[in-house]
Amino acid sequence: MSASQQPAVTPTKVTEPDEPSRWHGIFREITTGNAIISVLAVVLALLVGAVMIALTNPNVQESAGYFFSRPGDMLFAVWDAVSGAYSALFQGSVYNFRRPSFADGIKPLTETLTYATPLIAAGLGVALGFRVGLFNIGGRGQMLIAATLGGWVAFALELPAGIHMIAALVAGVLGGALWGGLVGLLKARTGAHEVITTIMLNYVAFYLVSFLLRDGFLRTPGSNNPKSPATKETAVFFDLLGPNYNLHFGFILVIAATVFTWWLLSRSNLGFKFRAVGENPNAAKVAGISVQRMYVYAMLFSGGLVGLAGINQVLGTTTSGFGAGIDSGIGFDAITVALLGRSKPWGVFAAGILFGAFKAGSFSMQAAEGVPIDIVLVVQSLIVLFIAAPPLVRAIFRLPAPGAPRRRPLPNVTQEVAAK
Amino acid sequence: MKLELRGITKRFGALVANDDINLTIEEGEIHALLGENGAGKSTLMNVLYGLYRAEEGEILLDDVAQHFAGPGDAMNAGIGMVHQHFMLIPVFTVAENVMLGHEQTRVGGSLDLAAARARVREISDRFGFDVDPDALVENLPVGVQQRVEIIKALSRDAKVLVFDEPTAVLTPQETDELMNIMRQLKAAGTSIVFITHKLREVRAVADRITVIRLGKVVGDAAPTASNEELATLMVGRAVDLTVDKAPAAPGAPALVVTNLTVIDALGQILVNDVSFDVKVGEILAIAGVQGNGQTELTEALMGLQPRVVGDITLDGKSLRGHSVRQVLDAGVGFVPEDRTRDGLVGGFTIAENLMLDRSNKLPFVKRFNLQLAFLADFARDKVKEFDVRSQGIETPVGRLSGGNQQKVVLARELSRDLRLFIAAQPTRGLDVGSIEFVHERIVATRDAGTPVIVISTELDEVAALADRIMVMYRGRIVGIVPGDTPRSVLGLMMAGETPAEGAAA
Amino acid sequence: MSTIAPVNQPTQPTGPEEGPATTVIKSWKVPIILGVFTVLGFLLMVVFGRTGTSTMVLSTSSDLIQLPDVLLPTLPTGIVISILLAGITALSAWMVQTHRKVPLWLISVFAVLLLIGFLTWASADERIPVPGLLFGSLSLAVPLIFGALGGVISERVGVVNVAIEGQLLAGAFTSAIVASVTQQPLLGLLAAMVAGVLVSFVLAAFSIKYFVDQVIVGVVLNVLVTGLTGFLFSEVLAPNAATLNQPPKFERINIPLLSEIPIIGPVFFRQTLIVYIMYIAVAAVYYGIFHTKWGLRLRAVGEHPQAADTVGINVTGTRFWNVSLAGAVAGLGGAYFTLGSVGAFGKEMTAGAGFIALAAVIFGRWDPIRATLAALLFGFASNLQNVLSIIGSPVPSEFMLMLPYLVTIFAVAGLVGQSRGPAASGKPYIKS
Repeated sequence: MSASQQPAVTPTKVTEPDEPSRWHGIFREITTGNAIISVLAVVLALLVGAVMIALTNPNVQESAGYFFSRPGDMLFAVWDAVSGAYSALFQGSVYNFRRPSFADGIKPLTETLTYATPLIAAGLGVALGFRVGLFNIGGRGQMLIAATLGGWVAFALELPAGIHMIAALVAGVLGGALWGGLVGLLKARTGAHEVITTIMLNYVAFYLVSFLLRDGFLRTPGSNNPKSPATKETAVFFDLLGPNYNLHFGFILVIAATVFTWWLLSRSNLGFKFRAVGENPNAAKVAGISVQRMYVYAMLFSGGLVGLAGINQVLGTTTSGFGAGIDSGIGFDAITVALLGRSKPWGVFAAGILFGAFKAGSFSMQAAEGVPIDIVLVVQSLIVLFIAAPPLVRAIFRLPAPGAPRRRPLPNVTQEVAAK
Repeated sequence: MKLELRGITKRFGALVANDDINLTIEEGEIHALLGENGAGKSTLMNVLYGLYRAEEGEILLDDVAQHFAGPGDAMNAGIGMVHQHFMLIPVFTVAENVMLGHEQTRVGGSLDLAAARARVREISDRFGFDVDPDALVENLPVGVQQRVEIIKALSRDAKVLVFDEPTAVLTPQETDELMNIMRQLKAAGTSIVFITHKLREVRAVADRITVIRLGKVVGDAAPTASNEELATLMVGRAVDLTVDKAPAAPGAPALVVTNLTVIDALGQILVNDVSFDVKVGEILAIAGVQGNGQTELTEALMGLQPRVVGDITLDGKSLRGHSVRQVLDAGVGFVPEDRTRDGLVGGFTIAENLMLDRSNKLPFVKRFNLQLAFLADFARDKVKEFDVRSQGIETPVGRLSGGNQQKVVLARELSRDLRLFIAAQPTRGLDVGSIEFVHERIVATRDAGTPVIVISTELDEVAALADRIMVMYRGRIVGIVPGDTPRSVLGLMMAGETPAEGAAA
Repeated sequence: MSTIAPVNQPTQPTGPEEGPATTVIKSWKVPIILGVFTVLGFLLMVVFGRTGTSTMVLSTSSDLIQLPDVLLPTLPTGIVISILLAGITALSAWMVQTHRKVPLWLISVFAVLLLIGFLTWASADERIPVPGLLFGSLSLAVPLIFGALGGVISERVGVVNVAIEGQLLAGAFTSAIVASVTQQPLLGLLAAMVAGVLVSFVLAAFSIKYFVDQVIVGVVLNVLVTGLTGFLFSEVLAPNAATLNQPPKFERINIPLLSEIPIIGPVFFRQTLIVYIMYIAVAAVYYGIFHTKWGLRLRAVGEHPQAADTVGINVTGTRFWNVSLAGAVAGLGGAYFTLGSVGAFGKEMTAGAGFIALAAVIFGRWDPIRATLAALLFGFASNLQNVLSIIGSPVPSEFMLMLPYLVTIFAVAGLVGQSRGPAASGKPYIKS
């Protein structure tokens, strides 16, 4: 090659970047990294929630009227309202100190785990999608179809105990997988963006289930109520801690699902291909990985995990028959769970338990202090917003910026929403 | 207008991209800024154009200091830029692109497209450009798009015009036309900054030459300076990049391509009825200006193109219509031209990238389980063998330099049992040391008896590696000629002219 | 579904200075889809045809000019329409065979015929009040149109707007409070715009400044607004409903002369102020986007932000303010819920309208006029369900309600023509 060739000697690459010591790295990870940002995001969101509680509290409003004559009154009222609400939240989700025995006092924690169960399952599904570069907003539809198929098996068939439960479980997971797989198929075959198709399929599923409940195979004979017949005893998830607690077999299933998802993503070759497609679909394609097929498989698994959440509701939580609202927003909560858990299986597990605690506690907060449960939605969405924007959290708490650019904090789903 | 840059220093974090650069461009001169890829030329011009803010230094126009907060200020001051990657909006017409940013409006706020059309025609006529103001930019050939960029700058009365690597996408013919345009502009009093790394072009058109290396001005030269002098200045040491290789001992044809045609989704014919073969133990170089079907041809060979007509056989077995997986399994190794886009997963570790195209079976996968221990051993071996410099096999490849990234790709592809090796633009953007390494490995692969295809737009690389050269133009094969064909002949072929002696090889 | 014509004879000769060689790829998509619908229509209208007479009522009792009712014999009409549908299908197949493009108007005629056929079939021995059907469709479409316009502006400038639902809900909420307190619906309208802008601010700040994935911000914002309005509704509005949640509604205004045109008058010109604002908004957004400096720059930023930057356009600023504008427009749609139709705020009262608006944006291929037409179509589908359920519909209402969503899935799957969104939509612009 002659001298006129143009090799690049970039000033950047003359020297290898010197790697900071390991301890420095760990320290930086803790101070500027994901862990502290996550904690601070939760703290910030709870603070905003506290402000909302204080502002709408009648005692606070009343004492604000004479703030300048007796400021202490208002501060006391604020403290009263906020601490009351949050201690109700705690006692409703972790341990109730007003109960005499430990067995009763710990009941809220089991409630938390019960609420966390479907959140974790659906969160795993959404997280799996994120890792493949897919944004599955279709949790609602997938849960509904899972409940439909699994629920039908659970109330219409006559099978021995145990086998009946497994059959219903399989039917439910399959239902979710099919509804999710449809999205994958559409994306693979036609390039239809999954954000649009999942949103639309949510509504299709909702109206389909509404119809089936009113006039189809989900209808309870002799009833005008759009509600399915009750799940048969033979199909119901057994209680883990006896009849006094709501915690059921579903929780064991989501632990298994978490282990499975962890194995799938970090130890299996399918997961390897999933991650390759998620990080760089072009390179994956050139390396002989069928991106289309991965989209279908990923949506099948993602839908299946969300389906687990759906069937969990029918077999474990609402066994007296279900309506078209059986998903109770879990499909959307799952997105926040997956984001808070940073799309890592055990992160999702922890995030699911946190949001399960919010849910369990919000009911006692509403009962004891009259704070509407909607505040949980606000706190949850704020947590995700703060986590998604680490610079904002750092600016608020005046933390140092990280020394080196980090890997992106959120899954790479920045693709244009374009119909092809 | 006279342009002066004084003591410009631009840092990106710890990296100094421009270090105390001084540069004066007199009115009506063509001033070449010569340097290797990554020497800091483009950074300097982006500072001039207001896209970057320099930490130190000042910009003077006719001895008046300027403060550019953005490209708008630079343009208003009379600086225009023809970007390397055209800054045109594909779905807009030529007139819309030209008017964007300084739109004239009529009563009621509606765009005065008529005025914009007239302006385009006026400038177009002045330089004999023949550009239709109502054509959609995405439908125009590359050379015409570049003229639209020039019109865009001139429509804002640019007195200083910066051309950033303008010839990278042009045929030799189009390059000559561009040189003429530059001379015309100069005659009209425009000052021109011509950024390039190609010595011949500099010597053809420049009045003065400034050479930049590693972000610093390392010298000035007159256009009469010899290639060797300029090259030594540019690279910083005496350069001898010829590759030691024995004459080829070609055997039987391994890859046979017959009447291959590739069509895109819109019905455009990208590769038009090409037939050729590659023999065992030879390097076939595919030369041509970027965008003449070479990329699509390799993609068709790899099974990456959906609409392919014709035949591809490797060792007698047909490959056409096979998936990428099947092509890889048939023993084809592939180095894609854009390694960060198509060759590597930036967030994956070196080890993971080394098994990227072998994620289906042993030895890397056993009954769905990744064999992580085996992978680690394999990766450590390959990193040593291919001299990949990193913190270890767990380093994400996105953090490696371009040369080390390319070594990872090579290590992956060459560690399979290959029946054919295809390397597209294997040394694009690499430093000198890495180029030598890559070239040696390619020749070694040939010598081991594997047929090799090298696709390159750089004539020097083609000349250094090829046993036979196939030149493509507008999707067709212009000719297949021996490896020692003079570059003047190759240049003509790249512009579509069939060589006089015919396809000898 | 595509076939490749012989490639060795390009349809145009290619000289050295002409464009690239091309060949024609025939797409049989349109004829196949039309064929499927023809068969479905034939099955419904003829094979499972209903006997009787369908009555189309064309005038309302208050009209000056009274048109007579149109009586259609149900089965014969179905047969005639099936034949026409088959004819159009054959015509489109011939066009594809002879390398012609099937024009949009032909597909539109097909759709209208199919619709008339369906209406006739569904209303055997019943009366369909056509003006009422259309009037209701328009009413249901108003918030969708505002939302879709907001979506078009936002996506054209390069920010995916999944938060339309949140903007609608925020607009509905604030307009209810402000209009109730001030007793001025106009101030309520203004407040709705402000609320929409506030939601947009968050979307813009997170997606433009912090480069958070736009879809994620949008989805989370919807949850946030749902939670906030729900919380405040329970804490503030519900206990003080009389003072805070009883906004005055806009009065209907009959436009002289225009409102007396048969069919069109009662549908389009006996509406409230918000609807008239909507007409102006559609025209203004269309004109603005395609014929003004603002629109040119907006589209440039959405297509190729770097190119826009190099000609001195402030990409971040353009995106920020236009996303805000999009919020204001969508907020107006929210106000329609409280000030135009319902008359009070209710929890989650927008009930997914924002997502239908998003669907209209995509179905309308990011074009304000087409998006408006798509929103009208979706409004029509859901009002048709209302009308049919009154006359005792042979089709379960759930399937009618499903229609907009199914149509959108077909649209994004490319079955209703190729659509290409703004190239840089959804991609953050990171200046190096």
